[in-house]
Amino acid sequence: MAPPDIRQVVLDILERIAPDEDLSDLDDSSPFREQMELDSMDFLDIVMELRKQYRIQIPEDEYEQLISMDSTVNYLIPKLADTPAAV
Amino acid sequence: MLDALNDPHRIVITGVGLAAPNGNDLSEFRQSLLGGRSGVVNFETRYIGKVLAGVCNFDEFRYQKRKERRRGTRAGSISIYCANEAVRDSGLDWDNVRRDRVGVYLGITEHGNVETENEIYEISQFDYDTTCWSHHHNPRTVANNPAGEVTLNLRITGPHLTLGAACAAGNAGFIQAAQMLRLNEVDIAVAGGVSESIHTFGIFASFASQGALAVHDDPTKACRPFDADRCGIVVAEGGAICTLERLPDALARNASIYGEIVGHAMNSDASDFVLPNASRQVECMRLALARADMQPEDMDIVSSHATATEQGDIEESRALQAVFAEHPDVAVNNTKSFIGHAMGAAGALEMLGNVPAFEDGIAHATINLDHPDPCCAFPQLVANEPRPLERAECILNNSFGMLGINSVLIVRKFPAEHGGLYA
Repeated sequence: MAPPDIRQVVLDILERIAPDEDLSDLDDSSPFREQMELDSMDFLDIVMELRKQYRIQIPEDEYEQLISMDSTVNYLIPKLADTPAAV
Repeated sequence: MLDALNDPHRIVITGVGLAAPNGNDLSEFRQSLLGGRSGVVNFETRYIGKVLAGVCNFDEFRYQKRKERRRGTRAGSISIYCANEAVRDSGLDWDNVRRDRVGVYLGITEHGNVETENEIYEISQFDYDTTCWSHHHNPRTVANNPAGEVTLNLRITGPHLTLGAACAAGNAGFIQAAQMLRLNEVDIAVAGGVSESIHTFGIFASFASQGALAVHDDPTKACRPFDADRCGIVVAEGGAICTLERLPDALARNASIYGEIVGHAMNSDASDFVLPNASRQVECMRLALARADMQPEDMDIVSSHATATEQGDIEESRALQAVFAEHPDVAVNNTKSFIGHAMGAAGALEMLGNVPAFEDGIAHATINLDHPDPCCAFPQLVANEPRPLERAECILNNSFGMLGINSVLIVRKFPAEHGGLYA
């Protein structure tokens, strides 16, 4: 999966977690929590969705990698390298 | 002295919010009950497929964000809708209400089955990998969830409780609230009962295994309490929540008063897990009447609990005959014939659907009573068509549940000259 596809995967998850928010202006370099209401339970939803959809197990000590869109995509690139993008 | 307007032990209903399968507010609900409009429809449930159910269609997002709904439960969502409607209806200056003096007391039949079934189904899609079990499961399934969601939504910082009372729970919510108001634990109670039960396949499957689940070609004809052709229980969802206040507080703010809770009682059969007990039901009704300092002939409407099971209908008929046989003018009706059994919400919905009789003077019917069961036949039963009443000032509401839990609530019209809503 290419980085733009991974970004879309993460964006889709965020839209499900925060359905009241407009994410069209999301700044990929800034932390999610500075741009949207995202508490610890919401954050765990990101981890859970990646686990369910792509069988990615993210250790707790690596959660900090999911702080922003850029860091999340970079973290997921090797984990999703062999996963085809959804058509 | 009992009737003194400054008596803080007198508890009144000052706001109403409800979601029924045939109405999203009291006015709609009442029109459906008087017009014979059922809320029972075909419904798809997991594993079983097509069942019959009372399904609500209120707007979940009128008072709740999509994110809040996603985090919470259907019971929480029903509670939030009804509680907001009640608060709005009450005319309370909510922005200036002391939220630490508000309590939330909601009756439930069960809670947590829906979410547990959902999660088990979900992990079944992942070869039962329990790491896919949601972190939302615990906050969604704690027993206080529906009442707790109301406090989060309405920023209420006083106490909140759910009352687990099987199908006697709707009355139990009101009773708990009245007691907490009398103890001065709170100044305003947001109270009633709620049910999300149609979203758990287990309740349908269990009633089916018990031989007690209704099956009928015409959903609107399926729920037939007191009828010889009864075919069992129709499960429903819904909620009914009131704001309750001490009478002097309500009068001081010129609240519109729907009615006064003048009597209540709860007791236990102590005889069977599921089978009802007419003797204990009689005791419960008589205890509520005694506490109200009233006689059976003072009642104008008796809202029956009957669920359209043979044993339940017959036992309650025996109990009603024991208390009311000498009083032909009382009107006995049944709301479940319209909407099915709304479980934790049933008692609250059934009481509130009758309250507008204080104004229109009509007892709504028990529909689907085409061939009255001779074992349940009594002249006071309002069959199929609404009945105009000579007097409509007092309602006795029965609600009974599994494990032999009984609750009775008596609500009396409040005089219009003192702030009563109904002329």
